[in-house]
Amino acid sequence: MSAVIDATPVNLSRQRDIAAALRTFLPAACVLFEREDVQPYECDGLSAYRQLPMVVALPENEGEVRRILTACHDRRVPVVARGAGTGLSGGALPRGDGVLLSLSKLMRILEIDPLARTARVQPGVRNLAISEAAAQYGLYYAPDPSSQIACTIGGNVAENSGGVHCLKYGLTVHNVLRIRAISIEGEVLEIGCDALDAAGYDLLALMTGSEGMLAVVTEVTVKLLPKPECAQVVMAAFDEIEKAGTAVANVIAAGIIPAGLEMMDQAATVAVEHFVNAGYPMDVAGILLCESDGTAEEVADEVRRVEAIMEQSGATLIRVSRSDTERLRFWAGRKAAFPAVGRISPDYYCIDGTIPRKRLAEVLRRITELERKYGLRCANVFHAGDGNLHPLILYDASKPGELERTEQFGGEILEFSIEVGGTITGEHGVGVEKINQMCVQFKAAELETFHAVKRAFDEHGLLNPGKAVPTLSRCAEFGRMHVHTGGEKFPDLPRF
Amino acid sequence: MCIRAARSFRTFRVSSPLQDALDQLADRIRDAAARRVLLRIRGGGTKDFYGRPATGEILDTRTYCGIVDYEPTELVITGRAGTPLEDIESAMQGHGQMLAFEPPRFGSGSTLGGTIASGLSGPRRAYAGAARDFVLGVRMLDGKGTDLSFGGRVMKNVAGYDVSRLMAGTLGTLGVLTEISLKVLPRPPAELTLRQERSQGEAIGLMNTWAGKPYPITASAHAGSELYVRLSGAEPAVRAARLKLGGEEIVDGAAYWDALRDHRLPFFAARPLWRLSVKSTTPPLGAGGEQVVEWGGALRWISGSTRPDEVRAAAAQAGGHATLFRGDGASGDVFQPLTLPLQKLHRRLKDTFDPQGILNRGRMYADW
Repeated sequence: MSAVIDATPVNLSRQRDIAAALRTFLPAACVLFEREDVQPYECDGLSAYRQLPMVVALPENEGEVRRILTACHDRRVPVVARGAGTGLSGGALPRGDGVLLSLSKLMRILEIDPLARTARVQPGVRNLAISEAAAQYGLYYAPDPSSQIACTIGGNVAENSGGVHCLKYGLTVHNVLRIRAISIEGEVLEIGCDALDAAGYDLLALMTGSEGMLAVVTEVTVKLLPKPECAQVVMAAFDEIEKAGTAVANVIAAGIIPAGLEMMDQAATVAVEHFVNAGYPMDVAGILLCESDGTAEEVADEVRRVEAIMEQSGATLIRVSRSDTERLRFWAGRKAAFPAVGRISPDYYCIDGTIPRKRLAEVLRRITELERKYGLRCANVFHAGDGNLHPLILYDASKPGELERTEQFGGEILEFSIEVGGTITGEHGVGVEKINQMCVQFKAAELETFHAVKRAFDEHGLLNPGKAVPTLSRCAEFGRMHVHTGGEKFPDLPRF
Repeated sequence: MCIRAARSFRTFRVSSPLQDALDQLADRIRDAAARRVLLRIRGGGTKDFYGRPATGEILDTRTYCGIVDYEPTELVITGRAGTPLEDIESAMQGHGQMLAFEPPRFGSGSTLGGTIASGLSGPRRAYAGAARDFVLGVRMLDGKGTDLSFGGRVMKNVAGYDVSRLMAGTLGTLGVLTEISLKVLPRPPAELTLRQERSQGEAIGLMNTWAGKPYPITASAHAGSELYVRLSGAEPAVRAARLKLGGEEIVDGAAYWDALRDHRLPFFAARPLWRLSVKSTTPPLGAGGEQVVEWGGALRWISGSTRPDEVRAAAAQAGGHATLFRGDGASGDVFQPLTLPLQKLHRRLKDTFDPQGILNRGRMYADW
């Protein structure tokens, strides 16, 4: 996972050809190919994978995007679209024989309609910038991936990003009304509309989370929500992780959908507490953070009920935020979990499986066994409300073999996630990182369907090729084809 | 009818009525594909009126039915497509949960498969999400009879293209759904409905203004000269919001929303009945006769004779699209025509999933 993907030298004549073609309509400063100019684009947030792009193109408007795609299509040059490059699965990893299409200059908020509660923005607009612009109307954009200060809405659409509030407020797919995109053939696609549904197939759902493989998004209309009147968070500590898991189930069983419901195990809690002094107890097996938002009456009612449930579920310590400062301090710990773990280990590797919540204890036990097997430590943070588990494997890339062990460790966690009825990726995407595990999660016919869907949009396979969906020959090489053949994916299904 | 023996299914190993039912569906499709015979997929037939008339041999999906798995604390229910919607809803009732998109029930025979294949949603849609928003995974048979699964039974899943959500609203043109996993939500502990005299224009303005405030609104409608709003949530929150919104509380609020959801209000008997999905702030539309507004202004029902091209133009002008929801017997197009690039994509997707073009051919658009 560390190596450069393709060390083949750049085909200089192809490079000259496409760069010259792009420079007929783009300023020279917007077409990069010198090594030092393209280096900043060699990886995304998953820096273990690196590849220098053949050419980087920096369009400033949709018309330029369209001409770049047409030029690449005519020459059969692969194109990888990129937003802020914060993705965690190598989805924006460039191709050595392709154009890296950076959409960072398309960063205008085109329109905010406060009465209709929508914002129409270009793809390079940062996630948080939308909420900041909408704040004057008492509105905000709900999906809040942890990278929201940097990540762009175009990238969010490509990955179907979530965030800590998505159990209650949904993922990107639930919060986008319309996108404008350009096909690899240069056609403008108007997908969705200003209404709540559109005629024909739900291409909006298909495009969201398609990892830049179907079309290039040039405009997004998102829904804005009223900012909740107030919010409070309950922090509860448990001496056994199973009890914390039961508490989560009890909250849901009581008919409560919290705005956020997060869990951290002891390793994560301790790392965080040393880092930001969020006020977490350190001598516990794990903690839960449960946020309520809404009107003052709703929050007061829900917090009272959550407190009672935590107590009945065996919490050893319960604290309720008494001010917004304290609430943000509780959250600061959770939000600092990744950097905190980064401080206690030279490197860490974040896994992204989603599991049925009821299997949590089992999965955590398995991770503990795997820690012993691979001789590596693992801290666990968990979007407990929606079952999205982020084990952070601690390793040191400078120690020979440790990276490879980490990768195998991560792969085993993902395959176990599938075995208990979950998925290999809840919100980070497949990219290049989890492509082998796709062979375990899906049958050959399903992978073939994905390839056919891609061909429907991109006949020659030029948009972000090689990502997200493995070829069947790759699966054969990986040796996992048909191993699980769906059986474990639906473990409660009768099999005859 | 549905075999109600879900709990004992696991004891079957070699052969079972259910596996036979699934195999028969797959065999029928394979056979039809080989002979190029058109199939018309049908569950309870309660939505036969919806879409363009499809021809072909009926493929009855009701043989493959029953709840596969329902774990209330996981907020997920998985059912076979032939399961009556009533069974799904009554199973959830006991656990204080619901399908939050409030799918319309046009008759007691509605199935889970038809609910998702039609993709229709009821009054809560503007506030909680549509059918497609609650789809977590599907198992389906494509036009070659291949058994495929997409998505899963967990809340968050971005592995592969979102084919399961794509299936919502495809009217069976891409495949026969066989199993569906849906996210479910708790029923709110308290609910009340407020009514006040308002013109349609005033009502649309209020619906949009209120939706921009943190009020616990979960449905809104305007009919005649009355604006209806439903508040849901914790008892004190609902009471507090009631004072802010004004209007009189009606006693049979739940019955009103059920009647609206299931189109049992007298208004819905009119033909033709147009459904216009538009930007929520669109001012009252001039076309047609009587109108009902739902979804915070984003859904307009228009009854009475109107010129189809005018209705479609008005809907497009308002940022949306028009559907001839219930025609007056004359055949014709039902859904808003697609732009050329989208037509091309639709055809290619149809060819991908159903290369022989045998499934519900013509149900959505005339030529595929």
